[in-house]
Amino acid sequence: MSWFNARRRRPVAGYTALLLGLVVVGLLYGAFSRTGGTAQASAPAASQSDINTGQGLFEANCSSCHGLDAQGTTQGPGLIGAGAAAVDFQMSTGRMPAKEVGAENESKPSQFTAQQIYQIADYIASLGGGPAIPDSQQVSTSGADTALGEQLFSANCAQCHGFAGAGGALTYGKDAPALTAATPTQIYEAMLTGPEAMPVFADGAVSPSAKRDIIAYIVDTRVEPNAGGFSLGRTGPVTEGLVIFLGGMGFLVLIAMWITAKRRDPRPTGME
Amino acid sequence: MSDSEETEGSEGPVARRRVIGTPPPAPRLLGSTAVAEDGEAGQVSDETAGGEHSGGERPTSPPDEAHAKRMEKIVAACFIFAFIAGCGFIAAYVGLGVHTVDKTLRSNLALGTSLSVTFIALGLGALLWVRHLMPDVEVVEDRHELRSETKDREAFQEYFKEGASNSQFVKRPLVRRTLMLGTLPLIAAPLVLLRDMGPLPGTSLRHTVWSPGRRLLVYGTNQPITPAEFSGPGSAISIVPDGYQDDPDALTKASITLIKFRPGELDIPTTMNGSTLIATMNWTVDNIVAYSRICTHVGCPVGLYEQTTHHLLCPCHQSTFDASHGANVIFGPAARALPQLPMTVDAQGYLVAKSDYTQPVGPSFWERG
Repeated sequence: MSWFNARRRRPVAGYTALLLGLVVVGLLYGAFSRTGGTAQASAPAASQSDINTGQGLFEANCSSCHGLDAQGTTQGPGLIGAGAAAVDFQMSTGRMPAKEVGAENESKPSQFTAQQIYQIADYIASLGGGPAIPDSQQVSTSGADTALGEQLFSANCAQCHGFAGAGGALTYGKDAPALTAATPTQIYEAMLTGPEAMPVFADGAVSPSAKRDIIAYIVDTRVEPNAGGFSLGRTGPVTEGLVIFLGGMGFLVLIAMWITAKRRDPRPTGME
Repeated sequence: MSDSEETEGSEGPVARRRVIGTPPPAPRLLGSTAVAEDGEAGQVSDETAGGEHSGGERPTSPPDEAHAKRMEKIVAACFIFAFIAGCGFIAAYVGLGVHTVDKTLRSNLALGTSLSVTFIALGLGALLWVRHLMPDVEVVEDRHELRSETKDREAFQEYFKEGASNSQFVKRPLVRRTLMLGTLPLIAAPLVLLRDMGPLPGTSLRHTVWSPGRRLLVYGTNQPITPAEFSGPGSAISIVPDGYQDDPDALTKASITLIKFRPGELDIPTTMNGSTLIATMNWTVDNIVAYSRICTHVGCPVGLYEQTTHHLLCPCHQSTFDASHGANVIFGPAARALPQLPMTVDAQGYLVAKSDYTQPVGPSFWERG
């Protein structure tokens, strides 16, 4: 304790405390923030009983914002014609039901089973069509042209999601999420329906096969060798280099100051 | 300086703590301090700045001899350690082979470790030596007159003239002048090389490859596109001109962001630049609008489109354009709206350019006006 007391008023102590605080905050943030995303199978064909069950679930969980007949309210948009794909994307990524009204809805663990989501999706689809949930064939990446996918991704997706799908910031508190945990179905649905600020990439502009190519590229980047560390969206271990550079420079400056700092001379006793 | 001296004077002999990196209080070990102590404290800096000091008062050995002895041993230990590690380096170099990957790894590790230990030990020893054994004195050294002595200057002039005369450089003008002639092309050569910086851009900065009837192709798949195919409200796609889809030079200026709006969202005021029309609703087709993808700030690709706010963002410097209102600048360093490409549909129903842009795309240039 006396060791601590002797040092706590030194100039370096403040910086040390600041550094420690930053590290603790960073670790806490890392521990509490996590990415969602669940695997799923293809949607089964809709039956009337599914639609009815879905309507019940909708009225219980969604109608307060989207309206009893999905016509929309001041709190939420109408969903007639939104399509099953939009429902499946929003609910399987946990964005819906929304936790709060904010800049955008963050993904979180889904509140519903895949079965329940399909039932609600069937109900919404029964109201007015819209894009359907893609089947496993449509999102299969086998035989897809990854190189073309990369071209399309870098021209249309990379400006927001980063060139390897690590995500990025948008305006006013919104952000483009990382694509590292999204399933091929979710990626396909997002392109089809354009959730939140994301533009729509309908089949006329980006054909289903081109969508598969894009998905193939995204999935491919996940298994590419990664140098590791905080790679800044696959930029490489730049972060470590920066930390070493800045931290190392600071350390060298401190060392230099210590070397040149004068030892306190024994004060001449006869002075003044 | 005098301020700190006064403060110290009021506090008496109590030692004040000095923050690392700040200049030390006025040096006391210089000869002039004796004067300062007798007189006013304020004079100290003036006196010491003069650099006058008598060598007699400089301490030649640190005050605490026992401490010095101890440090001497530690410094010596550092140097001995450096010696041992240095010998280890030589031993590792001689002793460890490098003909397989594993051996090379081991050898590199041993060489690097021993060499860095050597340097660190030497440095540490030198540091302790400086801090604990050498006297802590600031020495002021007077600057010498930069100008040489007149005698030396005259001697050099003599010497130079004699050399010039002996070499016959002055006496034989033919040699002198042909030498100058011979070096003349070498002097002119760099000026001639400047020519390769051309040709002059001419009017090429004012035009792109877009021309009436040229189809818009989706970048990557190179498919032409109809308004019906591009019907999803909130759609945005990257577009290249037909015939130039693989020409990076052309694409640098001709790339386009094509955006589809919901009915009623799009409101492009007719905008004139002098007598030139630069934005109008008449250039859109079925709520589809085509903007240059090249930022008017420094030419980055403006690709980031938010369909909820209709903002087009440049990722480089956050210039933000309102796509629903003629891509006007609403934030950031860009000076002008993104140029809009006049667009129509051809006989087959595909989207085509009505003409080239009516204003230069991309960043400003000197002659742009």
